[in-house]
Amino acid sequence: MEFLASVGAWLAAPARWSGGDGIPNRLIEHVQISALALAVAAAIALPIGLALGHAGRGGFFAVNVAAFGRALPSFAMIALALPVSFALGQGLGSFPTVLAMIPLGLPPIVTNTYVGIRQVDRDVVEAARGMGLGEARILSQVELPLAAPVILAGIRGAAVAIVATATLGALVAGGGLGRYIVDGLALQEYERLFAGALLVALLAIATELALGALERSVSPYRS
Amino acid sequence: MTPGEPLVRWDWIASHAGEIATRIGEHLILTGIAVAVGLAIALPVGLAVARRERLYAGAVWASGVLYTIPSLALFALLIPFSGLSVLTAEIGLVSYTLLILVRNVVVGIRSVPEEVRDAARGMGYAPRQVLWGVELPIALPVIVAGLRVATVSTIGLVTVTALIGQGGLGAFILDGIQRFFSTPLILGAVLSVLLAVVIDSALAVVERALTPWREPERALARIGAT
Repeated sequence: MEFLASVGAWLAAPARWSGGDGIPNRLIEHVQISALALAVAAAIALPIGLALGHAGRGGFFAVNVAAFGRALPSFAMIALALPVSFALGQGLGSFPTVLAMIPLGLPPIVTNTYVGIRQVDRDVVEAARGMGLGEARILSQVELPLAAPVILAGIRGAAVAIVATATLGALVAGGGLGRYIVDGLALQEYERLFAGALLVALLAIATELALGALERSVSPYRS
Repeated sequence: MTPGEPLVRWDWIASHAGEIATRIGEHLILTGIAVAVGLAIALPVGLAVARRERLYAGAVWASGVLYTIPSLALFALLIPFSGLSVLTAEIGLVSYTLLILVRNVVVGIRSVPEEVRDAARGMGYAPRQVLWGVELPIALPVIVAGLRVATVSTIGLVTVTALIGQGGLGAFILDGIQRFFSTPLILGAVLSVLLAVVIDSALAVVERALTPWREPERALARIGAT
């Protein structure tokens, strides 16, 4: 109880709410690098998933890539990204973290996009074709809207993994809320550590809930 | 990462063979404890909630929330209470196995056809015999599949426990980051991925040995007949 009170005091201190090491700035850093990595991952994974799903090919690859992705430990990915970052002249900071987050975000988006498109009733696609829609319009106006909830579920999975990995980015001198955990560990300052962990956990859960709500709002089957 | 230094120094790896073996051992022990304790919790919980829809939804929700919390944050939340200890590492690791394991136990038990259960009862099986002799064997492939996924993801998470001083292959990664020395960094990362792949393949063999009656299905799947 006493400890939780001191965590409360740490969070309430005015110094926490301004400046480079303040919570607002750390939160913005965390969201920024996560959003950047998610955007790049989606820009790569969506076209692959859409193309494979529409053509009905590469199903084995598309489905198993997610299982492979789970085997990639995020800490190991950051470790592997670090020499690459140095080789590219970027060194420490957010760059290696973003580099590590992109491959972690790809598998769930590829798999869910593929599965989502394949799940669309073939009769509906045939009907659209019969009405004279071209392949591009079938994909964008029929398959994509019907697959949207499943695709968004994949994006949600990717986002949660990316937000978690951004936390570890603090180990390679990146910003974000993980900073408090890594610094708290190094300084043995448990208030900082605990409060940082609390903020990271809340951000991850908020990401999950927000994207879950988005998913439901685009469901074509909702009443 | 230091200019002029090769990416991987094989002589360093050769001279650290003993430490590599120790770290792999630590990694496997941390993983083994987590999966064993996770299964010991998930099995009774899964059996208890399998036929109670609301409890199951509650259990899935709770384990889902736990699963969403990033590993480093979960460990950090425990440190003020259980310190930089094996206990902290294991509480975190076990929590992550629960979502996968409870779900697979429930799905496995629910996959048992009601007629089969009725037939067992009709033959005079006591509830305990129905569970051990009928339900669990039928649920076994799904449970073992869950065990595989849980083990692979735990091997990945154990790399993070090096940060709270628990060793494992993550210790090499941490060492590499702290000294800007790419050899242990790459060694730790590559070995942890390799370990996951090797253990997953080993469990696939166990899975097949435990479920010989599914061999025809697997043969059909191999030639692409399904």
